[in-house]
Amino acid sequence: MTSTLLAVRDLRASYPGPSGPVEVVHGVDLDLARGEKLALVGESGSGKSVTARAILRLDPDATLSGRVELDGADLLALPTRRMRAIRGARVGLVFQDPLAALNPVMTIGWQITQPLVIRGVPKKIARRRGVDLLARLGVRDAERRFDDYPHQFSGGMRQRVVIAIAVIAEPDLLIADEPTTALDVRVQARVLELLHELTGERDMAVLLITHDLGIVAGFADRAVVMRHGRAVETGSVEDIYHRPRHEYTKALLAAVPRIGGDPTRPLITIKEGER
Amino acid sequence: MTEPLLRVTNLTKSFAGRRVLSGVSFEVAPGEVLGLVGESGSGKSTTARCVARLTEPDAGQVVLGGRDVLAAGRRELRVLRRDMQMVFQDPYASLNPRMTVAALIEEPLAVHGLEPDRRLRRKRAADLLETVGLSAEHLDRHPRSFSGGQRQRISIARALAVRPRLLICDEPVSSLDVSVQAQVLNLLRDLRQRLDLSILFIAHDLAVVYYLCDRVAVMEQGTLVEIGTRAEVYGNPRHPYTRSLLDAVPVPDPTDRGSRP
Repeated sequence: MTSTLLAVRDLRASYPGPSGPVEVVHGVDLDLARGEKLALVGESGSGKSVTARAILRLDPDATLSGRVELDGADLLALPTRRMRAIRGARVGLVFQDPLAALNPVMTIGWQITQPLVIRGVPKKIARRRGVDLLARLGVRDAERRFDDYPHQFSGGMRQRVVIAIAVIAEPDLLIADEPTTALDVRVQARVLELLHELTGERDMAVLLITHDLGIVAGFADRAVVMRHGRAVETGSVEDIYHRPRHEYTKALLAAVPRIGGDPTRPLITIKEGER
Repeated sequence: MTEPLLRVTNLTKSFAGRRVLSGVSFEVAPGEVLGLVGESGSGKSTTARCVARLTEPDAGQVVLGGRDVLAAGRRELRVLRRDMQMVFQDPYASLNPRMTVAALIEEPLAVHGLEPDRRLRRKRAADLLETVGLSAEHLDRHPRSFSGGQRQRISIARALAVRPRLLICDEPVSSLDVSVQAQVLNLLRDLRQRLDLSILFIAHDLAVVYYLCDRVAVMEQGTLVEIGTRAEVYGNPRHPYTRSLLDAVPVPDPTDRGSRP
C-alpha cells in the first residue's frame, strides 16, 4: 500500500450570505495516496470546485472546518504565509479559465520557468525543461513559441501553458479543476495522457475535478461522486461504473450518451426537482 | 430518393483573408437529423450561420425547400426563415432577460404575422411550452427564474413557434449538465418524430451526435472530410481525421482504457 499524501476529514465550507453564513460543503472525506489519481465528479452546484478550493484555502471569505492533512500537516491550521508556500511548491493548480491565470505582459516562457527560477534553477536549464514540457503537451514549435505572449496563443494552447506552469516544479499534488473542458478532444486526450505519465514518472498525485464521466473512467484510479455539497459515493472507478451503489450515481451514468449504445432508447434522466 | 429539404453546395467563406470554409457541400432530407462535428475552428458553426444567412458566404449555394436562400431579398429571406430556425449554445445569452417567456415565444409569431389575435398567440405560446415539457404557468416569468436546461427548452419553443421544417442547433447542449443534457436530447429526439422536423445539429461531442443523428458530417479546417450514416462514420470511419477524433473520445467505462499505454 502506498502512503497517504492528502487526507480530508469532515471538511465543511461556508460562505457569507444575506442572512448569515451558508454552508455549501457539508462534511467531505477523501484520501489521496502518492501517485494516485482521484476524481471529484459531479454536476454544477455539487460543491466539487468549492471542495477543491477549500483544500487549498483559496477563498478568503470562506469559513472552513474539519481537517485537511497534507503529509500529516493540517493545512487548515497553518499560518497564511506557510499556506502560500505550500500552494506554490507542493501543490500545483490548474483552473478552467487559462486567461485569468496568465500574466498578459510576460512571455509564455518566462511564466513557465518562474516556478523553477525562483527555486534557484539556472535559467538555461529551466528553459530547456519548459520547452520540453510544452512539446510533450503537443505545442508545435515549442522552442520558437516560448517567447510569445499569451495573446498570441489560442485558448487550448494557453491551457497547456497553465498546465506546464503547474507541473514544471514537480509538485507532490496537482489539483486540476476542469482542466480540459475548454479543449478539443484530441488535445484533451494528449493533456490527460501527459498527466497520467507524470503521475507514474514523478509519483505526482492528481485531484481532478470534472463533470465528465468519460474522463473519470479513462483517467482516474478512484472517484468521489458529489452532489449538493456531499460525497454520495466513493470508490474505485471499476466499482463506481460497474457496481454503483447510490441511486444518484446510477442515474448520472445512465444519462450519459455513449457511442455504440442503443440510440433508439431515450436517455435516463434525473428529474429537475431531484437535482 | 426524396428531394432534400436542404441542399448546400460549395459553400466558401473567408474572414480577413483567412479561408474558413472551402467548398462545403451536403444535403439534409425531410425529417432527417444531420450531425456536423469537428473541433473548434473547423468551420462547423460558420457553416450553420451561412446556411441561416446570419453570415454571408463568399460563394456557394444554399437551397431550402427548392428556394435559393443566398439569392433571396430581405422580404423573401424573412419568409424563408420561417422554415428554418436556430437554437444557440448559450441559453443565458440568447433569451432577452427583460422579456417574459410569453413575449419571447410570441415574438416570432408576431414578426412573421402568423397569429394576429393576441389571445390565440398566448394560447399557442402555452401549447409550445407544453410541447417542450414546460407548462402554461411559466408564461409570465422571466428567463432569470429558469435553469439552463429550462432556458434551452424555452429557446426551442421559441424556435418551433413558426413551425419550421429545419431546426439549426449550434451546440445546444454543450453548456448543460449531463442529466439536463439528457433531457434536452430526449426532447429533440421526441420532437423530430412528432413534428417531422429536420435538424442540422452542430456539436463537438461525438457521443451526443451518435445518440441523435441519422447521418454525420465531419469537418476539419473548413473542409467536409467525411459524410455518412451513423453506422458508417462510427463503425467504419474512412478519413484519418475522423478516426483520430473517435480515438480521442473519453469512454465512460474504465475497462475501456484503449489508448492508454
